[in-house]
Amino acid sequence: MREPAGRTAPGNGPWSARPVVSGPAGAEPAGRDFRRLHPITPWRRTWAVLAAVAAVVLRDPRQAGEWSGHLTGWRTVPAVAGLLVVAFGYGFVSWWFTRYRIDEVELRVDTGVLFRRTKHLRIDRLQAVDVNRPLAARLLGVASLTLDLAGGKDKLAYLTERDARALRAELLARAAGVAPDSGEAPQRELVRVPPGALAASLLLRPATWGSVLGSLLVAVGLPLLTGDWFWLVLALPALAGTVHSTLRRFAGEFGWTVAESPDGLRLDHGLLDRAHETVPPGRVQALTFQQPLPWRRAGWVRVRLAVAGGGNDVLLPVAPWGVALGIAGRILPGVDLTAVPVLPVPGRARWRAPLWRRFASYGADAEVFVTRYGLLVRTVRVVPHAKVQSVRRTQGPWQRRLGLASVHVDIAAGDPLTAWHRDAEEADVIVAEQAARSRTGRRSAPPERWMTDR
Amino acid sequence: MDPAFAPPATGWTMPSRALLRMRRVVLVAVAAPVTAAVAVPVGLLVSPALAAVALVPAALAAWAWRALGRNWRSWGYAEREDDLLVRRGVLWRRLTVVPYGRMQLVEVVAGPLQRHWGIATLELHTAAATTDAAIPGLLPPEAARLRDRLTELGEARSAGL
Repeated sequence: MREPAGRTAPGNGPWSARPVVSGPAGAEPAGRDFRRLHPITPWRRTWAVLAAVAAVVLRDPRQAGEWSGHLTGWRTVPAVAGLLVVAFGYGFVSWWFTRYRIDEVELRVDTGVLFRRTKHLRIDRLQAVDVNRPLAARLLGVASLTLDLAGGKDKLAYLTERDARALRAELLARAAGVAPDSGEAPQRELVRVPPGALAASLLLRPATWGSVLGSLLVAVGLPLLTGDWFWLVLALPALAGTVHSTLRRFAGEFGWTVAESPDGLRLDHGLLDRAHETVPPGRVQALTFQQPLPWRRAGWVRVRLAVAGGGNDVLLPVAPWGVALGIAGRILPGVDLTAVPVLPVPGRARWRAPLWRRFASYGADAEVFVTRYGLLVRTVRVVPHAKVQSVRRTQGPWQRRLGLASVHVDIAAGDPLTAWHRDAEEADVIVAEQAARSRTGRRSAPPERWMTDR
Repeated sequence: MDPAFAPPATGWTMPSRALLRMRRVVLVAVAAPVTAAVAVPVGLLVSPALAAVALVPAALAAWAWRALGRNWRSWGYAEREDDLLVRRGVLWRRLTVVPYGRMQLVEVVAGPLQRHWGIATLELHTAAATTDAAIPGLLPPEAARLRDRLTELGEARSAGL
């Protein structure tokens, strides 16, 4: 890696503890532009200690009662106060020692009291930036900032909402290669999921139906059969779990908005806990469209996106096919998924995969590799050639007898895409073409710093 | 031979024969004591004729001896202009194509046994966890050459994620 101009040179080789800075007095070198998290943060840690104590008491009340047996009356108050002070002290010290700094190449985060830990997050490896505001944080006007890098993620919690937005804007501007103080990029809303459609789509989920039907069967059917109402007690928690998870999902995906900005895709969602994600251009590794059986009549589809480093993978919780394809066209410019050929699996594959064969197909054009499969959940997966990491051809003994082979395309996030059971000679052609396409696709790929030329 | 697994223009390079020797020695080192452990107690305690049951592990070992040979012959790699090909497998055949620009990490691994036989395994990693390209049984000079060449090509054609 080249040392960018303007950075301080290391003092005594790699072992020097601090970069040497020439300047007045040299006190707190390079420390002035370090920033700290919001002062509310220590309280969050205090709360964590109290929660841990509460968990111990709740798990084993008798033991806790013995321990606190002599803490009767007036002694309880100082004990709790002391605990609070210690917890807050810990929170304060760890807050004090946590600081961050941003420069041209990296976001640096120092943490740890006894064991110091410095993280250097390279801005050019940025895959996505999230600003999250859980309910409690929203009430206090703070937010957390999560950075997805190819190798993992890091979270800054908490910052004021304004700081979080400013830091996100600065990170994205630096990653894009424009002036860091150019501010938030303007955004244009592409689609907003209506609450009614979201609710309907969740109610039509096979998982919801399966769980409700199963619970009802156990709750009503078994008591009628056995005359034992004990089963009702068993079914109720399962039913409550389904209701809870459905409501949770509804709250999490409520008000889902997809917007477009020069900094990439913006996803905003959440009823109580708000989340704002930004995926810069060219960071999407693959798209997946899923259509469960009950959604087919409404023509709805769920769209997921794969970004290296993980994080949220939902692009659109529910949308009509046309809208979903429109969004896909914004993410993968120049791609028309309806124009990609659909090549079915050869008929002789029925001896290897009688049912699967009928719903699996593969297709590719100059831009993307597409696989389709699934009977109950129809799935379409799309990967641009520029994102293909490697290509594999596999052939089992049974496939060889039938003259078939499968081609797998590996991507940087998630499972590989597979064109199952192709004709063996066709598979060779696919492998050869795919290797050539991913090469040319990479040459024509947009630059890493998307607002610059390289 | 299946045309897909036919050699590319440059031809397949095979792993060193030392890999096969190592695997066969390990096979014998495991199979001989097992055969003896079956034959000797049965022959001494039950009847010498029944010691023939030891032919079962012996036959398995003989089959494995041949299978190791076929497996060794199935391995091959080829350096093309823009990518590396690795093929392997007898029953389940695999061919992996890794473009040089996609390689994130090249690793040379040699355990104690491999070091004793003077061979090493070269592992290629891309950003995809499912890429499974590894070349076993490389002689040290070849492993070093390949490592340097792949690193060099990887740098020259490096592409972002």
